[in-house]
Amino acid sequence: MGCSSSSTKTRKSETSLKAALIIQNWYRGYKARLKARQHYALTIFQSIEYADEQGQMQLSTFFSFMFENYAHVHKEELELRKQSLESEQDMRDRHDYVDLIDVPDSYNGPRLQFPLTCTDIDLLLEAFKEQQILHAHYVLEVLFETKKVLKQMPNFTHVQTSPSKELTICGDLHRKLDDFMIFYKNGLPSESNPYVFNGDFVDRGKNSIEILMILCVSFLVYPNDLHLNRGNHEDFMMNLRYGFTKEILHKYKLHGKRILQILEELYAWLPIGTIVDNEILVIHGGISETTDLNLLHRVERNKMKSVLIPPTETNRDYDTDSKHNKVGVTFNAHGRIKTNGSPIEHLPKHEWEQIIDILWSDPRGKNGCFPNTGRGGGCYFGPDVTSKILNKYQLKMLIRSHECKPEGYEICHDGKVVTIFSASNYYEEGSNRGAYIKLCSGTAPRFFQYQVTKATCFQPLRQRVYTMESSAIKILKERVISRKSDLTRAFQLQDHRKSGKLSLSQWAFCMENILGLNLPWRSLSSNLVNIDKNGNVEYMSSFQNIHIEKPVQEAHSTLVETLYRYRSDLEIIFNAIDTDHSGLISMEEFRAMWKLFSAHYNVLIDDSQVNKLANIMDLNKDGSIDFNEFLKAFYVVHRYEDLMKPGVTNLG
Amino acid sequence: MADEKDREEIIVAEFHKKIKEAFEVFDHESNNTVDVREIGTIIRSLGCCPTEGELHDLIAEVEEEEPTGYIRFEKFLPVMTEILLERRYRPIPEDVLLRAFEVLDSAKRGFLTKDELIKYMTEEDRVSLCRLGW
Repeated sequence: MGCSSSSTKTRKSETSLKAALIIQNWYRGYKARLKARQHYALTIFQSIEYADEQGQMQLSTFFSFMFENYAHVHKEELELRKQSLESEQDMRDRHDYVDLIDVPDSYNGPRLQFPLTCTDIDLLLEAFKEQQILHAHYVLEVLFETKKVLKQMPNFTHVQTSPSKELTICGDLHRKLDDFMIFYKNGLPSESNPYVFNGDFVDRGKNSIEILMILCVSFLVYPNDLHLNRGNHEDFMMNLRYGFTKEILHKYKLHGKRILQILEELYAWLPIGTIVDNEILVIHGGISETTDLNLLHRVERNKMKSVLIPPTETNRDYDTDSKHNKVGVTFNAHGRIKTNGSPIEHLPKHEWEQIIDILWSDPRGKNGCFPNTGRGGGCYFGPDVTSKILNKYQLKMLIRSHECKPEGYEICHDGKVVTIFSASNYYEEGSNRGAYIKLCSGTAPRFFQYQVTKATCFQPLRQRVYTMESSAIKILKERVISRKSDLTRAFQLQDHRKSGKLSLSQWAFCMENILGLNLPWRSLSSNLVNIDKNGNVEYMSSFQNIHIEKPVQEAHSTLVETLYRYRSDLEIIFNAIDTDHSGLISMEEFRAMWKLFSAHYNVLIDDSQVNKLANIMDLNKDGSIDFNEFLKAFYVVHRYEDLMKPGVTNLG
Repeated sequence: MADEKDREEIIVAEFHKKIKEAFEVFDHESNNTVDVREIGTIIRSLGCCPTEGELHDLIAEVEEEEPTGYIRFEKFLPVMTEILLERRYRPIPEDVLLRAFEVLDSAKRGFLTKDELIKYMTEEDRVSLCRLGW
């Protein structure tokens, strides 16, 4: 059929076509595997993040335990708290905090002029781009003024939009205003360009204070058009663990403590949420089936200091007419503390729980309301709960943040719940986009996405996935090494023949159970362990290429491991004991605290070992331990750079 | 005989776990469903390389009677297990892939320019496709 030349041509084009199809097929598979690896990395980041938060919440029960038993330290702390709650506080603040600090002539950072104007916003943006640090005097003044204004705001700000006044809603920033890109893209806040920042402005980064300053200054210039909602990280206890406290103490060596003190109060005065056009509720976390908006409108939100300071049982006993009594501390016969807690101190338990739900809950697909075991606080709420609560208060939509989403936003519960997350590259370069919403009554919300990348923008996909993946594997390995003893024991229990090997299934089972992380272990196994040609796992290779530095030779490795594992918790506990923020605690305090800690956490460490370690750490033999030095000594060393396989390029 | 059956059961159990892991990573709502658009990614991440046509057929098999846009794990699992057991949709061997590139590179330069690649990848003769059974 047809002359020979055309049949050759047909044959040739058929072969080309086949070739093209083969290549397409291969490429689809390749891309899919990259995408899967990207998702695995994200899953790792998220699991570990939530497990950390869960650990944080569990710490709160330890604090209750500690406060009940650790008498004399608590007394001092209560004294400080009492002082900070008296009504002359405002005057004292000004005097104590701001006026005592002079700005030297030699300071060449930004100088703010009160009352603030938008010139000051620009000034700060410029200065921070140049990596300048704002002087403590201004920081304190801004925080102090912000607190004053916040105090006058109700628990929920009611906002109206119009075609000429669209509202922009941003989610978690976590110090990632990324060179303040949102302000450049969407414009600075103003009367015609109002914003809501839905919590989590700080922690996890090196520029949280700068972000906070921009937000507070903008707030002071436009108090009716820039709305700040409290997030679960606007909590001084969370800041201890997630880096903000460190950032402040590092940048403001002289006045850091004062800044921290005023921050603590400022957080508690942040409004709980925003209600837009009487139909959209904007809060940081989520809701539960018992969420009572009317109650939440009434609670004294400033009493909610921290998720880690739950209401104790003694709250129930307080006298309503002891309102004007000073908070007293009495010791009963057993040396336990009893507070005749004035109502100023604590929230009733059910109110505290209502706020926790708002700040910590996550939506899920399953109907019903379940305790949020991932984070250890708040709940998982289903579409039925959303419908019920929205209907109850005649609302149409819930906009929340709190969870990182690959696209920067996610819609669920049949369009009724929107998650908005504004920190792009949250876990790692290339991990996710950020997004913000623009709302206007009568029209559908519009979403704007972005991803700020500098160098990685032009990297091939394979490279970006590799970066993210190695980062995730690295932190996962740190988890693994922190549980080496428990894992080894579990492996050996399963290894009946003492061969040093387990099936993939057995290995995965141990990892999941000991680490408590629900991860795709089988798919990740090639990155974490050695597998022989029969598909069996050499389980001790889980610990290769990484070890915990021993601070001193004499320290026993299980002790080192335990201290490494709990170092975040220990840091918080140390900070709580160290009421004068000196960074030092006495040997006696250290020992007492360690005893309580090991009892509560069921840690089987010989007391004498801890004593020995403490003695060694007291380098200048003055009876006190610099706990930052102590904790810094426990770190992990990775020896893997050259061994990490640069992405799988096989085809199968 | 019994031994072999045991072994097969173990293999199936392992496949089930593997499939579950891959599925869960895309199950954002933790309710045992994934968006239908992710099925291709999941199957490919498990090492299989179906063509687009084969993928469409697969999706039809695991979809609900009335397509909801979501695929449930209960329906996906048995189908995927079969695929793995039968070693269906094996990936193309490296040498065949290399040959495919060489076919397109008629001048034997060892590379393809960006424009050429685009041209070949986007040209599709529907009639030929059917004839080739793709």
